[in-house]
Parts: sequence; C-alpha cells; structure tokens
Amino acid sequence: MQTFDLAAQGLRALNSTLHGLKGQTNQTSWEIINPKGAHAIAVGLDAPVDVTVRGSTGYYCAGMNKQATVRVKGSAGPGVAENMMSGTVIIDGDASQYAGATGRGGLLVIKGNASSRCGISMKGIDIVVHGNIGHMSAFMAQSGNMVVLGDAGEALGDSLYEARLFVRGSVKSLGADCIEKEMRPEHLALLADLLKRGEADHLAKPEEFKRYGSARKLYTFNIDNASSY
Amino acid sequence: MSDFPHTPPKQSWTFSNDINAEIRRAAATGIYDIRGGGSKRKLPHFDDLLFLGASISRYPLEGYREKCATDVWLGTRFAKNPIHLDIPITIAGMSFGALSGPAKEALGRGASAAGTSTTTGDGGMTEEERGHSKTLVYQYLPSRYGMNPDDLRRADAIEVVVGQGAKPGGGGMLLGQKISDRVAMMRNLPKGIDQRSACRHPDWTGPDDLEIKILEIREITNWEKPIYVKVGGARPYYDTALAVKAGADVVVLDGMQGGTAATQDVFIENVGMPILACIPQAVKALQDLGMHRKVQLIVSGGIRTGADVAKAMALGADAVAIGTAALVALGDNDPALEAEYNKLGTTAGAYDDWHEGKDPAGITTQDPELYKRFDPILGGRRLKNYLKVMTLEAQTIARACGKNHLHNLEPEDLCALTIESAAMAGVPLAGTSWIPGRNGF
Repeated sequence: MQTFDLAAQGLRALNSTLHGLKGQTNQTSWEIINPKGAHAIAVGLDAPVDVTVRGSTGYYCAGMNKQATVRVKGSAGPGVAENMMSGTVIIDGDASQYAGATGRGGLLVIKGNASSRCGISMKGIDIVVHGNIGHMSAFMAQSGNMVVLGDAGEALGDSLYEARLFVRGSVKSLGADCIEKEMRPEHLALLADLLKRGEADHLAKPEEFKRYGSARKLYTFNIDNASSY
Repeated sequence: MSDFPHTPPKQSWTFSNDINAEIRRAAATGIYDIRGGGSKRKLPHFDDLLFLGASISRYPLEGYREKCATDVWLGTRFAKNPIHLDIPITIAGMSFGALSGPAKEALGRGASAAGTSTTTGDGGMTEEERGHSKTLVYQYLPSRYGMNPDDLRRADAIEVVVGQGAKPGGGGMLLGQKISDRVAMMRNLPKGIDQRSACRHPDWTGPDDLEIKILEIREITNWEKPIYVKVGGARPYYDTALAVKAGADVVVLDGMQGGTAATQDVFIENVGMPILACIPQAVKALQDLGMHRKVQLIVSGGIRTGADVAKAMALGADAVAIGTAALVALGDNDPALEAEYNKLGTTAGAYDDWHEGKDPAGITTQDPELYKRFDPILGGRRLKNYLKVMTLEAQTIARACGKNHLHNLEPEDLCALTIESAAMAGVPLAGTSWIPGRNGF
C-alpha cells in the first residue's frame, strides 16, 4: 500500500499523483493520512485503484470519480462524489449536503446519515444510505437508484424524473410530482442487489422498503399545475 | 354626424395595442409567453455613445497602414494554459439542443477561421463543436447536462455559469418539441418532455462555496484551464468582486439584451440591466481590487458592430461575446425566408419562437428536415466574414482615436448623447464636462 501524507505533501501533489495512475498501474492501493477536512481530495480519478482516506474530508471528495474505489474512514463534507461517473465511494461516517449530486454512474454508499439534497439532480448514480437523509433529497433526480434504510426528510423527490427511490423508514413529506409506487418483483431484485453492493444486506430486507417515483404529471408544462411548481 | 370637430380616437399609452394583445393572448391560452432572444425594449445602449476621435491634442494612426493590434490573452491569473485569441470577439454559450448540430459546427468553423473561441451551452459538448472549434470554452452549468471530466479536460477553458443577461436568477427551458433522441440522451432525460434547467447550482451556494468549487475544477483539470465565471447583469459591482474573490481568471458579464433559447417574455423584459449600465460597475470593481487587466472582463448583450466592440472595450472590457448577432450572421431571421416566417405567423427580423423548433433557417431546431437546409461550411464562412468586418470596424475607430491596440481605447475617448447614457457609462454628456452622478451632481 502506498501512503500519502496530505498535511505534509499537499493537495496538488496528491491529485496529480493519483491522476498519473493508469489502468495497468501496480500501485493499486493507496491510503491518505492527515486529510484534516481538506477539500477536493481524490477528485477526477480515472483508474481502477483503491484509495482509503483515514479521517474526515471537506467539500467534493471523490468528485467526478471514474473507476476508482474511494473509502472515507470518517465523515464527508458537502458534495461528496458529485458528478461521479463510475466506481465506488464509501463513507463510513455521515455525509453533508449534496452527496452524490448529479452523479452519472457508480455507487455511493453512506454508512451514516446524509444531509439535505442527497442525490440532487442524480443522473444514473446508485446511492445507498444506511441512515437517514435530509430534506429535498433527490430533487430533480433524473435517473439512477437511491436506497435509504432510515427516514427521509421533507419534500423527497421533488420534481423527480425517472430516478427510483426506495425508503425503509418514514418519509416526512413527498415533493411535487413524487408518489409512492407499487413494488414489483423486478424492484425487489434490484433492491436486493443494491443492498448487497451497498454493504447493507445484513441490515435490511428488500420487502421492508417502499418505492417512490415520478407521477410524470409535470413533464409537460400546464398552467393548471402552476401551484405545484 | 355633428358638424362640430371630433376628438380623434386616442390609443392609451398604458394600454397600448401590444399590451392589449398580450392580455387577450394570456386570457385565451392561460400560459405566459415564452420566446427566445433578449430584451426588445429600446434601452440605453452603445448607440448613445460617440467616439471623439483624434484632434490637436492627440494624433490618429494611419488606417490600414499603422499597426492596431486586436489580440487578447484570457486566463492569465492562475491557469497554466491561458488562451490567446487573435480578436477580442468571442462566441457566447449556446447549447446543442437550442441550436442544431450543423449550427454548432458552423460557429466552430467561423470562429476558428477568425481566430476566436466558441462556447458550449446547456447541453454538453458535441463532437461537431469540439471538432471544429480550435478554442472551445466548456460551460459548467446548474443542470450539469452532459457534464463529465473527460470533456472538462478536452476543453480549452471552463465557464462556471451563475447567470445570464436574459434571465438573471432564472434557469433554462427547452420544450419537448426540441428534445430529440440525441438531445434526450445527452441530458439523461426522456424524449419529448419539457425540460427545465435549474436556476442555481446543485452543490454550491454563495461565493465561499464557489471558491471551493473552482478549486475542485482546477484540481480535476491540473490547473491548466482558465476558469471563467459568467454572471447576468444584475449587481455587476458585487458579482464581479465576488467572482474575483472566488478565484475566477475571467469574468463574463451579460446584459439584458443577451439572448436565451427560451424563457418567459416577462422575465426577459423586466429582470436585469442593459450592458451599458453594467460595464463601468464591473470595471470599477476590478480596479478597486487592483485586478483590472489581471482578471479579464468579457461583456455581452447586444453587441452588433465593430463600434459596439470598440465602445465596450473603451469602457474597460478586455473582450466581448456575441450570440444573437452570430445567429443572424449564420442566416437567422433572413428576409429571404419571409414567406416561411409568414406561415409561422411572424416576419423576418421578429421571429423569436426558437423553442418551437420550427426555424426555417435550420439553426434553432432539432428537426432533421429543417437543419439539413443549413450549410455549416457556408455558415462558418459567413460568420468568419462578419467577425473580420467587426474587427476591422473596431480597428478603424481605434486608429482614429490614436490607439495601436484595441485595449488602449479608454473612457476619455467617448462622450454620451443622452443624460441617461452619460450617467450609466460614466462619460461626459456630449459638448459638456458633465458626468451625471459624479461629484454630487
């Protein structure tokens, strides 16, 4: 394992080093020590490497990740794994606002709670949260799947497009155009896979969840829906 | 009929024919008017300024003979690879989706031939544009449609869009008629739905966050790319200062004459300020911070001629951007298509229903039957010609003012024709030394 001391070597050197890793690298396992809440740790990676951050991170950790597996042994600041393309990001602690925002692929696992706007404008990413999520989560979520083992805050899935939301606990309120939907066998199978990949299959069963999605009533602008916008 | 003189019929100024027609339209349809373009109001503009030219106190340069440079460097503050353009007239962000693929290709061809840049828009980067634009600015927008790190890295600069002049504080709108299979795929949305773009970014709010967002983008792109921050003409002094504080290399400032693919007419006409009122405020912010010419200023919104370019630069801009004018150069609203505009219930010069995707010029459409009418090679040539003419016009004026570079134009070269424009531009009313608002007067 390669060890990188962020406090000593600096952010630019860290990201530059990680960007230099290509597909055939034999330096596939990295740990970052002394993150001390720094922003933009391990952003823009594009290689099948494992990166473990030993501590908590600031904004945008693992932003735009491709291929890499990034594990944070602490909590993550706002925008963790924003616009992720592929790979896996695992947060052992809690995540702040906008976790997984606009993510287009890959898997984001948050083992604690996620704050507001988790999965905002998600575009294909899968997000598994072991705890609760805050208000306005999955706002304008376009595609992908969000699994929440705990509770969801106000206005879940407001102005949702085609993303699928699975919540085991309570939902404080649903946002505009978000409704509960039938859980069919294909959804249970999808959920089982997501729970397994999200390291949560020992914590919950697919049958314990409810599914939420778009009523698709706001897809075409209609003045009679003005109070919903 | 009495023989006494009649009071002639008198149309109300308040309830004009236009206003009454809009009331009737709203009553009949139950929906606000959506259109493309920028403000159609008569606004204080560059037309209200004049150059003084050389005289005894300063001498002119010989037209066509003595050098008058036009180049501009953008992104010299932090970027490893700043951009060098031959001319200070750039092409503003216009999305694939709003525009057809061939139209984007033509913009790339024309701009590259003229030595300037194009800008993507709210819909991602297309091969047509990347392939034909020597210098391409990639917009980083609230919707993040099509956003990915590979395109960030193959851009020449990145423009974080906070707002635009047609609708400061508003998001985008692309109606279902233009959401083709390709547009839908690029935006991860179902085909044919009315698509809204968010009005603010999903993962940052405020200047402190923006600073961190810019740090992230720089880290992802190895600090190579100039980072622009684009704002609509709302609070130009503070927006410019905050963009500089957040780490921008370039500030892009768009006045209310700047166009949009589609938004509410009430928004276009009632929110934001004309570019003339914005430029001096932004320049003052840069000067107060000691950053004028270090953080470059690009201005847009109603730039049409080389005179407009020269006036914007005399007020302190480093470069300008054109959008609507570029579309007109490509063939938008051409009177040669009058019969087809008539079929759409409009006339050449007034056509602004770009969101409906029925553009007979094949520019603002995703209909293959319409966009195949448009020749991107010819369009590119027309745009190149237009950019060259604008540059020559600006040089002509600069030489007449005794300047050997467009950047040497200065407010002292200008006077204003109206009190309003004098106050906004901060130059004297013609024939006086009076700048309204200065020194308590």
